[in-house]
Amino acid sequence: MIAEIGHYALVLAFALALAQSVLPMVGAAKGIRPWMAFARTAALAQLVFVGLSFLALVACFVRSDFSVLLVYEHSHSQQPLIYKIAATWGNHEGSLLLWVLILAFFGALVALFGENLPPRLKARALSVQGMIGFAFLAFMLFTSNPFLRLNPAPLEGQELNPLLQDPGLAMHPPMLYLGYVGFSMTFSFAVAALIEGRVNAAWARWVRPWTLLAWTTLTAGIVLGSHWAYYELGWGGWWSWDPVENASFMPWLVGTALLHCETVVEKRDALKVWTILLAIIAFGFSLVGTFLVRSGIITSVHTFAQDPARGLFILAIFIVALGASFGLFAWRAPTLNAGGLFAPISREGALVLNNLLLAVGTGTVFVGTITPMVFSILGLNPISAGAPYYGWTFVPLMAPMVLLMAIGPLLGWKRGDLPGALQRLSAAGIIALVVAGYVLHRQSGTSIWAPLGIALGVWLALGTIIEWIERVKLFRARPRENWNRARHLPRAAYGMTLAHLGLAIAVIGMTGSTAWRVESVQVMKPGDSITIGRYAYHFDGVLPARGPNYLAERASFTVTKDGKPYTILYPERRQYEVQESPTTEAAIHSSIAGDIYAVIGDRAGPDTWTVRIYHQPLVPWLWVGGALMALGGLTSLSDRRYRIGVPNRLPVVQATGA
Amino acid sequence: MKKRLLYLLPIVLLGLFAAIAWIGLSPSRDPSALPSALIGKPVPSFKLTTLDPASGGLSQQDFAGKVTVVNFFASWCVPCKAEHPLLFQLGKDYNVPVYGIAFQDQTADTARYIQEMGSPYTKIGLDQNGRTAIDFGITGVPETFILDKNGIVRYRLAMPIDADRLAGEIGPLLKSLQ
Repeated sequence: MIAEIGHYALVLAFALALAQSVLPMVGAAKGIRPWMAFARTAALAQLVFVGLSFLALVACFVRSDFSVLLVYEHSHSQQPLIYKIAATWGNHEGSLLLWVLILAFFGALVALFGENLPPRLKARALSVQGMIGFAFLAFMLFTSNPFLRLNPAPLEGQELNPLLQDPGLAMHPPMLYLGYVGFSMTFSFAVAALIEGRVNAAWARWVRPWTLLAWTTLTAGIVLGSHWAYYELGWGGWWSWDPVENASFMPWLVGTALLHCETVVEKRDALKVWTILLAIIAFGFSLVGTFLVRSGIITSVHTFAQDPARGLFILAIFIVALGASFGLFAWRAPTLNAGGLFAPISREGALVLNNLLLAVGTGTVFVGTITPMVFSILGLNPISAGAPYYGWTFVPLMAPMVLLMAIGPLLGWKRGDLPGALQRLSAAGIIALVVAGYVLHRQSGTSIWAPLGIALGVWLALGTIIEWIERVKLFRARPRENWNRARHLPRAAYGMTLAHLGLAIAVIGMTGSTAWRVESVQVMKPGDSITIGRYAYHFDGVLPARGPNYLAERASFTVTKDGKPYTILYPERRQYEVQESPTTEAAIHSSIAGDIYAVIGDRAGPDTWTVRIYHQPLVPWLWVGGALMALGGLTSLSDRRYRIGVPNRLPVVQATGA
Repeated sequence: MKKRLLYLLPIVLLGLFAAIAWIGLSPSRDPSALPSALIGKPVPSFKLTTLDPASGGLSQQDFAGKVTVVNFFASWCVPCKAEHPLLFQLGKDYNVPVYGIAFQDQTADTARYIQEMGSPYTKIGLDQNGRTAIDFGITGVPETFILDKNGIVRYRLAMPIDADRLAGEIGPLLKSLQ
């Protein structure tokens, strides 16, 4: 019964989405107010129906109703409750429902809190949102119905893939989808603006909170996913340039460019055409990601079922959505009047350069992602693009960007004072060089890249702090004034400071963990010891252990640092009840200097095991940096200019004036 | 006018991507049929001890002068059990020798597995440290390779054989090679 309610709610949502796509759009064109106002009702009802459907599916999973095919295939009665719930979206159909739920959630947010939007723009944006919803609901109902029944109902389910039985599954996909789907909102606003033929500072201010929300959640989603891969997959890597990882990274890069461009539109009424294009492309890359994951065109740890019919359906959605919006762009963008002029050396100039680098960076990632696929499709010699490719293309583009990130915020709008900015940054430059020299001296090899990477991070961190110091006039005014200035700085400024600081810390983490990682694979017997650097690992032995739905072999390693007791690591190897392949649970001990990381592998003999031990310097910096970036996004989002409800009080004249 | 054309660039690029993706989705393409770097190349040279010591070792010289099937398996691998009966069928219906290579498996376990399931294999090589598997570039077990009379790799399947594939793909290939 519950499954049927869920299915029926989905059908209702589908019909409603059709009405939401058509009525408000026509209403806005013909000036029929009630039709435009219908968008609000429809968007809210959409959330109710899709929400109902989602809850119904969760209920099926929680109750372990194996008469529902999806539950049978991805759950087991002995699974802990949290994994029964998370299993809802640990598969193609359920994750698609989550996708549509978030889409409806964003639509409802705009309907509820978009009081200040001009009625036409709001009606059109919600109508576009309705079209996206319509397309994906159709996709679900016709090719991927999550509520299919199974008769007769089996007694037990096939269990969720053990790799997914992890708190990561509860966090990573919802966050990532909030980001992916969040860009649908900026997309809808961009298309609505193109239909209206008007883009101005007010538009930028309306769309910015949605970009920020999408960017923040996408950042958090990517970092969570990276962290999950790091501790769960057991090979100690946090990024592998897998096509599907790239699929989440590309919208992030474009979204980052968009975020920075919107400030230019908002403050200076320039770069409008480019901003609109980015808004379309950011969502376009979300759709590319969806396509790569769900169409079966590639295989990866992330891909779902392989079904060409589904692939064609998503491809059709992708072509129609982007074809129509790019067509609209080609038609309308030339009529958008260019706004404020600026000198090459200025805040705008720096942001243009940043955008250029991000865009080319996205291009290299895109080429690296699809070229192997294209070659394989066209039957050419197989090629692959791995870390070395990105090391030679993407990294050299990002290094100057990080260099620039410290300078840009110190330049004024319209015309900046580059020598002045550099002079203020001289301390940062000197310290960064000293650190580079120190690192070069301390590290074992003579490679120049790691010291440079660390120096870049230091440069950006100090540059960001200097910018804040300038703003609050620290050391140059009395503490009281410092305090007043610090208090009254806009939240958006703090957002930038935190996000840039976060990236600086993350850059240091990435460099350290890539350059100085140590890996040791050994066959060990209980009682054996190995020494890596200053740490010695004594293999105490392996004991059986039992979890709620798995059996495990748990190894124990006593770790000493410089001969003193340091910690004990317990890596596990788990065998779940139904799924055959065993999974590894790495044991990780973190400190500010880095992680030590132990994995126990196959039994190599009667009493010997394959043991892998990694030293991962500075990896925790990556997580801290990522968290700071997301926090920066949130802080910026809470700026009163964008705060929900507050813009009501902004004078409406601003909407047309520039 | 020139500027107008620039605004059309996104839609042109989209069309290009869509066309390639369209071809990529054609049902005849199988993304899990990993293109093997070995296809069209001679089989890598290797030398393994065999399960039955009396049969001597197993090396690439065993494959010379005839069409052969090489199948990587392991006693701990469940999909291997699933394809096991088809290996018997394959050897019988198409009259080809099937060579097995036990991948990272204890000799005793391999022996027990073969005793239970029967042996479709002409010879079974023991690749306990996985070195030969690396040379073949396998990504897991089971994997199956087909070699022609000159010892050139003609086909690779990185998943269990199923009945459809045996009749529709592997069978015709074996016939054409013979």
